[in-house]
Amino acid sequence: MSEHVSSLKLYIGIWITLLIGTLVTVLVAGVNLPGPLNAVVALTIATIKATLVVLFFMHVKYAHDKITKVVIVAALFWLAILLALSMADYTTRLWT
Amino acid sequence: MHNSPIATADQEAHQNPALLHHFATEEQQKDAASLGMWVFLATEIMFFGGMFCAYLVYRYWYFGDFGAGSQSLNVVLGGTNTAVLICSSLTVALAVRAAQLGQQKVIIICLILTMLLGLVFLGIKGVEYHDKFVEHHVPGPGFHFPGHVPGHPDIPINQHHAQIFFSLYFIMTGLHALHMIIGVGLFAFITYNAMRRRYGPDYYTPVEVAGLYWHFVDIIWIYLFPLLYLIDRSK
Repeated sequence: MSEHVSSLKLYIGIWITLLIGTLVTVLVAGVNLPGPLNAVVALTIATIKATLVVLFFMHVKYAHDKITKVVIVAALFWLAILLALSMADYTTRLWT
Repeated sequence: MHNSPIATADQEAHQNPALLHHFATEEQQKDAASLGMWVFLATEIMFFGGMFCAYLVYRYWYFGDFGAGSQSLNVVLGGTNTAVLICSSLTVALAVRAAQLGQQKVIIICLILTMLLGLVFLGIKGVEYHDKFVEHHVPGPGFHFPGHVPGHPDIPINQHHAQIFFSLYFIMTGLHALHMIIGVGLFAFITYNAMRRRYGPDYYTPVEVAGLYWHFVDIIWIYLFPLLYLIDRSK
């Protein structure tokens, strides 16, 4: 996909960031935040970590073919439909 | 490319012995292989997405029982496994980089480290599963999960709902572990080829494509860990 060779420094930097993200998410999980905030914080950190992996470890940032990005966006879009519409159904069934 | 004996012998024909005849250029071949893996990963997102969706729906319905189930999991082992997987993602990325730079020894070392880290993950997962078997937290006739819903000392845990939590836990982590086993197998094959010096700056597609798969499996765990272990921890 890419002939781009990332520097060792970048890989180590991403790796350390991912480890710090893991530590932070574990520490925050021990604090009882109001409402659904625990889930929101944990999933936000997870999404940041996943984005770093996709962009830098999977080289999507340096992909020269747009079709790869189209496939990724399409997959995430379909996933969003699955989750959003399913939850919209189940969370409103008891409404009168 | 420049060191290849074939390149000097037959400049007009394929310069790279790995280039298959139905591709015009090495770049096209590489893009096709990479795109094929991405399309496969898109189907994997749907595959795991269905299970994530089931988890979210049942967690919404049986919130308290899912919280109790989640709190029975071992965060230290789960967190360690997250770190192990992140390290293995780094070693895969470094293996691909080594292949791009033609550093033959580094490719092999990084791939072997990746497989070792993968096996460490599976070992820790095995310890967690063992604990669950010993505690009778495996869904089935022997299932036993006493206690009360977190934050509500007067509400006992519903055994049926708790079994749904543990069913989802075992299915999701089990399928993830199966993907890990497949990944270790892939890397064993690629390490064997790396030892035969098959990969270098001209041709490292298998290393890269298997790497994409491994990173994806890492990402699934990056979501499984907070959803199963963390978000109901402090309730």
